[in-house]
Amino acid sequence: MKKWKKRTAPVLLIAVLLLVWEAAVRIRHIPLYVLPAPSQVVEALIADWPNLASHAGVTVMEALAGMAIALVLALALGMAMDAFPAVKSGLYPVLVVTQTVPMIVLAPILIIYLGFGLTPKILTVVLMCFFPIVVSFTDAMGQMDEEYSHLVRSFGAGKWEVYRLVKIPASVPGLISGLKVAATYSISGAVVGEWIGAQSGLGYYLIRVKNGYMLDKVFACVLVIVALSLCMNGAIRIWQMFAMPYGEKRE
Amino acid sequence: MKLEISGLSFSYSDRDVLDQLDIQVEEGEFVSILGASGCGKSTILKLLTGVLTPAEGKILVDGKEIRGMTEHFAYMPQNDLLFPWKTVLDNVCLYGRIHGNLEGARREARENLAAFGLAGYENAYPSSLSGGMRQRAAFLRTALCKSEILLLDEPFGALDVITRGEMQDWLLSMREKMNRTVVLVTHDMDEAIYLSDRILILGGRPSKVVCELKPETPAKGRSRDWLYGQGEMRKRIHREIMRDGAEQRNVCGAEQKNSSPAGKERP
Repeated sequence: MKKWKKRTAPVLLIAVLLLVWEAAVRIRHIPLYVLPAPSQVVEALIADWPNLASHAGVTVMEALAGMAIALVLALALGMAMDAFPAVKSGLYPVLVVTQTVPMIVLAPILIIYLGFGLTPKILTVVLMCFFPIVVSFTDAMGQMDEEYSHLVRSFGAGKWEVYRLVKIPASVPGLISGLKVAATYSISGAVVGEWIGAQSGLGYYLIRVKNGYMLDKVFACVLVIVALSLCMNGAIRIWQMFAMPYGEKRE
Repeated sequence: MKLEISGLSFSYSDRDVLDQLDIQVEEGEFVSILGASGCGKSTILKLLTGVLTPAEGKILVDGKEIRGMTEHFAYMPQNDLLFPWKTVLDNVCLYGRIHGNLEGARREARENLAAFGLAGYENAYPSSLSGGMRQRAAFLRTALCKSEILLLDEPFGALDVITRGEMQDWLLSMREKMNRTVVLVTHDMDEAIYLSDRILILGGRPSKVVCELKPETPAKGRSRDWLYGQGEMRKRIHREIMRDGAEQRNVCGAEQKNSSPAGKERP
């Protein structure tokens, strides 16, 4: 009963908010270019679906490519930082500082250097996703009980075997936490990149419909972005079930 | 002599732990190293496995000096350190996996699961096992090492009293079957008396062997009742450890008063 209440509470709250929103727009006759009603947003979503879907495909592709590159980079750099403390002490503060630069400032600079193609958008995703993955991966490796390494080494394992047998598997839960955050960022990252300059993608679509004051389509596009971000996060959760059949319970 | 430690000294940055330690262990012997917490018992095992490097002294196995990590020792830590992401079977086959003989190790593990009380649990994850079962799995992992000398670092220290007792009974019954040279580090004097051929008591600061005891009854003839009748030996061990503790307190007092190292050495 309690669980049921917990699940229905947010659904009910959202339903009430949508009803109030719908009623306010209809009663006050608020024009479309100021605030569309939820029903108008749904209508726009259905009517413009083929267009939205093709732009969403581009965005998803950029997000996936960016995530994959960020993951490979994070794994390589995370292992380097763990194996060589000098690399960690030199690089870690730099990584933290790079995160303080707003992406909306970096994206136009990337376009200046790399043009209007896919590269700057993918790079924007990489820059947004890399940090949470590398930090959670490196921290998980650093927090691992050193006794595990001693045990494996006393059994005759070499330095790099310790990574294969213990350190990498032990840091999978941390890595997955970072991936969940990164997956949620990835779609927004691609949209920011497209917003600054593109010929396709949800960011490009957003800027076009916004300039045309088609706010129902703007909201419909936001809805798609939210849904895609949740799907990316959900995909990581599904992968987690396969990667960690032993559950999240740790020693 | 299977294992010989001679003149072994070791210091951490802030304190000397071992000073000129000498220990000899014969082939097939079960030796316990007993001492208070922090006396350097586990340090000895880390020096043997090569995790730590001694400042002075030699370690010889079968008369040959060894350095760094070698394959002579199978180490079992206090915490079971089973990998949560591996099944029981894959956990106990760690040695085989590292040395490229996973299939052989699996076969041998399956043959031994029942003797270690793990029959039917080969595909279970460690999180679903009880404390005693986890410890037995860790034991099987150590036993499946081809190394000749088992180093057990307070293997039952993390268990409750009842499970610990059961595990000690089980280990006593397994001694013959395993037929290996064993060095057990413990602070539980009953455990040492019950399981060992010889007990070495560490004391002093830095530590050295201050007393050596040998239970008269061989391991085969021991039982819990026999253990309860070992009051004299228990008294002796207690006296040695307490004397060491009292000396430590005196040393600390003297150091605080005049910073003199006097009294560090046992007369």
